[in-house]
Amino acid sequence: MTVTVRFGVVVFPGSNCDSDVYHVIRDVLGQPVDYVWHEETDVSKYQCIVLPGGFSYGDYLRAGALARFSPVMRGVEEYAHDGGLVLGICNGFQILLESGLLPGAMLPNDCLEFRCGWVNLRVDNVDTPFTLEYHRGEVVRMPIAHHEGNYVLEKDPLEAVKKHCGITFTYVDESGRPTRDSNPNGALLNIAGIVNERGNVLGMMPHPERCSEEVLGGADGLRVFRSVVRYYS
Amino acid sequence: MTRARPAQLVGGFCVVSYRVSCAMGGFVLKTQSAEDSRPWREMGLKDHEYRLIVEKLGREPNYTELGMFAVLWSEHCAYKHSKAVLRDLPTRGPRVLVGPGENAGVLDIGDGLAVAFKMESHNHPCAVEPFQGAATGVGGIVRDILAMGARPVALLDPLRFGPPDDPRSAFLFQGVVSGISFYGNCLGIPTVGGEVEFSRSYRSNPLCNVMCLGIMKHDELFQGRASGPGNLVMVVGHSTGRDGIHGCTFASEELREDSESKRPNVQVGDPFMEKLLIEACLEMMRTGAVVGVQDMGAAGITSSCAETAARAGTGMEIEVRQVPTREEGMTPYEVMLSESQERMLLIVAPDKAPVVRETARKWGLCAAVIGKVTDTGDLVVKENGVEVARIPAKLLAEGAPVYEPASSEPRYLRETSSFKLESLPMPCILDAVFKVMSAPTVASKAPVWRQYDYMVRTDTVAGPGSGAAVLRVKGTRKGVVVSTDGNGRITYLNPRAGGMWAVVESALNVAVTGARPLGITNCLNFGNPEDPEVFWQFKEAVAGMAEACRRLETPITGGNVSFYNETEGEAIYPTPVVGTVGLLDDIGKRVSPWFKREGDIVAILGQMPGDPSHLAGSEYLERCFGLVAGRPPEPDLVLARNLVEALVRGAGNELYSSATDVSQGGILAALAESSFGPSNDLVSSSAVGGAEIEISTGEGHRLDAVLFGEGIAAAVVSFPEPNLPEVTNLARSLGLPLTVLGRVKSGRIVIKAREEAQVKTLLDIETRALKDAWSQAFAPS
Repeated sequence: MTVTVRFGVVVFPGSNCDSDVYHVIRDVLGQPVDYVWHEETDVSKYQCIVLPGGFSYGDYLRAGALARFSPVMRGVEEYAHDGGLVLGICNGFQILLESGLLPGAMLPNDCLEFRCGWVNLRVDNVDTPFTLEYHRGEVVRMPIAHHEGNYVLEKDPLEAVKKHCGITFTYVDESGRPTRDSNPNGALLNIAGIVNERGNVLGMMPHPERCSEEVLGGADGLRVFRSVVRYYS
Repeated sequence: MTRARPAQLVGGFCVVSYRVSCAMGGFVLKTQSAEDSRPWREMGLKDHEYRLIVEKLGREPNYTELGMFAVLWSEHCAYKHSKAVLRDLPTRGPRVLVGPGENAGVLDIGDGLAVAFKMESHNHPCAVEPFQGAATGVGGIVRDILAMGARPVALLDPLRFGPPDDPRSAFLFQGVVSGISFYGNCLGIPTVGGEVEFSRSYRSNPLCNVMCLGIMKHDELFQGRASGPGNLVMVVGHSTGRDGIHGCTFASEELREDSESKRPNVQVGDPFMEKLLIEACLEMMRTGAVVGVQDMGAAGITSSCAETAARAGTGMEIEVRQVPTREEGMTPYEVMLSESQERMLLIVAPDKAPVVRETARKWGLCAAVIGKVTDTGDLVVKENGVEVARIPAKLLAEGAPVYEPASSEPRYLRETSSFKLESLPMPCILDAVFKVMSAPTVASKAPVWRQYDYMVRTDTVAGPGSGAAVLRVKGTRKGVVVSTDGNGRITYLNPRAGGMWAVVESALNVAVTGARPLGITNCLNFGNPEDPEVFWQFKEAVAGMAEACRRLETPITGGNVSFYNETEGEAIYPTPVVGTVGLLDDIGKRVSPWFKREGDIVAILGQMPGDPSHLAGSEYLERCFGLVAGRPPEPDLVLARNLVEALVRGAGNELYSSATDVSQGGILAALAESSFGPSNDLVSSSAVGGAEIEISTGEGHRLDAVLFGEGIAAAVVSFPEPNLPEVTNLARSLGLPLTVLGRVKSGRIVIKAREEAQVKTLLDIETRALKDAWSQAFAPS
């Protein structure tokens, strides 16, 4: 039996990966999806909310710093506290950090430049609703495109994150080792994505929507969205 | 305050000193001893142009009117020196929906879809303020595409700088790349290609050309026409400030030592605002409320009003106090001439203004009615209801004089053409291979393009680093393929050949993917056209370009001319750049440049290099001998056309495993790059290919000319052995030479030379070692 999972893709002024995520969910995954305008406050009708990549509010002040104050984030915070699934990609991850739904902060990449290209990721936690379709320790390929992806976190909260297996994606080399060379932005412990303790809020810098069709060079990212569908099956 | 140079600080003092007079509206220059100071000169107009204005207007223009004439009659806006020559370019074809004269050209790609595309320069701003110059260059071309009703989906940036080890050039280079990255990435429009090349000739005058491409349905097409008297004129987007006043006048003169003082003429970009403007305008255009659209670029409100009215044969009345401004006390002169970014002019039916306002509000933008369309034919400017300027729109937009300047063959050509290439000593080949592959112009540009988001919108099937960009068109099987090319060194040594090669190379870059080239846009970067030698270069290059376009059946749908790329009398290499758009019927049959399978046959489709003349103007010659010399041959256009055909048909029949054209660095560079594989991984990947080939030198041929020769129309292809008969037949049926060189080999590049019965190994290296030299040679500071 096929299940129907309704996704909502939030559109902030300056979001620019909203239509990419929308395309994957509707045309590749075949699930219903709506755009959710940043002025809306109730997102409870969705089974998964995606905060897409881009430059919300121009990334002025600091990436994600203004978006967290938008009306829709009040709804998203409430939704997350009620256990709703929230996936933040790239700028969406930055917004989750700014809004406190995930711990930590982003510094500019250590190379001080924007970086766009493919990286290797190790999937460290396959028990989240977003990673059910991966194998533990599996190395997958996804693209990144950001200027602020240098994840930082203080010692104590880091221990807490580690304890609940919050580190979900790690930048690694082809054989799965988190080396200095395989880290594209200087992120602490090569962290590329983390999940909250409850497991319903995932933030990740790589773009799974950019690698959900083979014609784009790989389809490892589609499994993030398929996992959500499986979670509800 | 001295009056010696009243307009030197264009945005500042001269405006201040005239403000009182302008506010009174009826100020006439003559009464303030303007004859002595001749303010039109400071605005870039010639004495006889001023007399023509007086004659056509039947009176002296006031200061505001003079400013409006000065910007619209600037070289940048009016094409005074190029118009007559450009008439020779072919502009029509079965695929052309919109040709030159509109904001961008439009090509039919079938199934009711169309591509809007255009290339422009932002060279002068980048020479004094590289970051903002490049950023606003991106912004401007994006609005041109938007004005056609298309969603902008791709950017390409052909760039030229002085040597990267020169501090000034490194500064400009870094600034331009950061500016493109800053602006383009935020817009969510992928930067999918372009070029970066280096030469001393661009040291003071870097080139920053920007091409944008958009996709739309046929029935979404808009044009920049202010039709329907009574319709409203609205401005949407950013408020108007004092930035960029006289930017296009500045772009129409040579740079001088004091050009730094022109930094206030450079506009400042806000990509977030532009992103909102794109979304808002597309939404407004889809509601049916909008009659005509025009972007506000060079010369701001003045040009957008004059051009839309002139195209429609109407007039317009503008009330400057209705224009949202970001600064207090702006004069009509400043409002009309401001080049503030991120603004669009919309012509809207009177009852539809609320629709436009509501959409603007949704996106957090301001939208204001600033005037209305009239049937007088005059562009009238009012301030608080008092008329401050009245000029016939057609006179302003289309009345500038057209010049046919003197031209004479440059003297340097005698020396460069007579250089005896045969007399060059033969260097160590191994050494030459590494020198050429690590030359800044040939070396990997990944350090540049990994700063650009080339994947957003998820249509980039092949991006930067792969010769041509391949974009899928969602909901179809189609692919749009686009490439930019131009070779200043070749054009310098033989302008006509350079014009031809720009068209041929760009077409081949598109065709190697399997796409058929449909049409082109161009950006013609030259020195001062009033210098007869520069103008000769221009005429010759355009003539060559026109001939190549006719032969390859790729009409030119629009473009841009950038003159005065000259500092202290020293002009850049004449640099015509071409952007070609092609169509892949089935994106599943696209061909990439990289070798796929060990054992595949490697062959040259097209001409085999070897004649010493093929080294004329080559990268090899400059890199290994420090020479820019020789007379590059014109391409064989019939052969080039057949080569395009062979590449497109062969790809359609899925014959090739890989294909790449031969350009800078010759077949050696083409073989090496085919071996290297893609560079899209931020973490270096271990997989590299290679090839083992055997070459023979024909009579009078040189080994180095075989390996590094450039003046040929050729592609390096690889294919499985069973396809050999079919490839041979295809080549034969098109009268095209096919030379089998060897086979794909994993991990090594081996080149052997056959001389009579003897076979000698010239080169036997690990591909990885060469790839390291190629990818690490070039690092932006």
